[in-house]
Amino acid sequence: MGLAKRIIPCLDVDKGRVVKGVRFLDIRDAGDPVEIARRYNEQGADEITFLDITASHEGRDTTLRTVERMASEVFIPLTVGGGVRELADIRNLLNAGADKVSINSAAIHRPEFVREAAERFGTQCIVLAIDAKRVSAPGEPLRWEIFTHGGRRGTGIDALDWAERMVAYGAGEILLTSMDRDGTRDGFDIPLTRAVSERVTVPVIASGGVGTLQHLVDGVLDGHADAVLAASIFHFGEHTVGEAKACMAAAGIEVRL
Amino acid sequence: MSQRIAVVDYGMGNLHSVAKALAHVAPEADIMVSDDPAVVGAADRVVFPGVGAIRDCMGEMHRRGLGPVLRTAASSGRPMLAICVGLQALMEHSEENAGVDCLGILPGRVRRFPDGMQDEDGNTLKVPHMGWSRVAQQPHPLWAGIPDGERFYFVHSYYVDPAARSHVAGSCEYGLEFAAALAREALFAVQFHPEKSHSAGLRLLRNFCNWDGRC
Repeated sequence: MGLAKRIIPCLDVDKGRVVKGVRFLDIRDAGDPVEIARRYNEQGADEITFLDITASHEGRDTTLRTVERMASEVFIPLTVGGGVRELADIRNLLNAGADKVSINSAAIHRPEFVREAAERFGTQCIVLAIDAKRVSAPGEPLRWEIFTHGGRRGTGIDALDWAERMVAYGAGEILLTSMDRDGTRDGFDIPLTRAVSERVTVPVIASGGVGTLQHLVDGVLDGHADAVLAASIFHFGEHTVGEAKACMAAAGIEVRL
Repeated sequence: MSQRIAVVDYGMGNLHSVAKALAHVAPEADIMVSDDPAVVGAADRVVFPGVGAIRDCMGEMHRRGLGPVLRTAASSGRPMLAICVGLQALMEHSEENAGVDCLGILPGRVRRFPDGMQDEDGNTLKVPHMGWSRVAQQPHPLWAGIPDGERFYFVHSYYVDPAARSHVAGSCEYGLEFAAALAREALFAVQFHPEKSHSAGLRLLRNFCNWDGRC
């Protein structure tokens, strides 16, 4: 009777519509976020992650309204990320019905923000999002750094040290995206996932690169992830969340069926 | 007149999920999110949710003068449902934040999961305990229609250790066995989040909205 490994469909939302880009290019429209979240909920998703990629300020209000609609219809945990920079942003998202918020570049800009957010709202609702890229040369011991701007700009920060530090500051969970794999459909960066999961005491969500159901299995069994996140394999009807769970269960992974 | 359900607001975190889930299962009810002791005292049912750190929660509760009305509600025979930190606040004392005295409505303490817990395969268990775990039930009207061993959504680093085994209405295992639900008279309290536990959680909330407070 253990804890089930979680499957988390991710919605990248721009101005109230779900989109999915390959390495942030070639964005395709995938529909209404609330409708899609409801479908995943019915299929047995364990959580929903909503990533707001809207740049404009006016778009933010659309996001809050979408989150509010989603939270009135979908009764599983909802994480919202993208553009969370101030305590007021967190409060607005929680008030709209989000259960957790994910913080990314604001933490890099000012690490104390994570501490303040955890102290104010509790560690259980603070997810630290890490975009990591492999920087070691072939043959060297593996090393990853934090990247920003969709993987284009390096920060020189070691990904493992960063994860550990942010957990010490109060992050309750880590959403770990491999920028080398995101959008490639080649599978998670397993060594990265495993290294972070073994370094920190909080749950780690593996993200970036899922192209087959076997990749989800690998993320848990080889990457030691506590949860796996995927977008495009679910959005375009290739697989349902139920099929993903059946595949994981067949591989001996405990899931909520 | 439609029934009035008070959702106790003491300024901490997200009560909206709870209010939205209650509105979903009891559309005819009047759901009042309130920090006013008079409103809480006059409601037909009381929901006492909670997220965040216990010291701030207790501080805000005392600042709003909610302690006495919660104590009264818990022994009034009116149905009361406590959730997560709401459950923990009912106990006598919590280890969180270097030790905080709680409401003392139920006997027992709140403890932190020990470091280095492992599962049967020797993997280290992460804290917080976050995700869907099975709950083994003791007979209680609020479990009606929910299979024994159903999974509910948990997110917590502390668990309640009740002094009275007879209060345990549901148990869960995560490194150790802990109380997932406590019950006494018309009071029912859960460590998990029914408002985030899909159909099983909604069923429990519906059961609560229809409960006469008797076991």
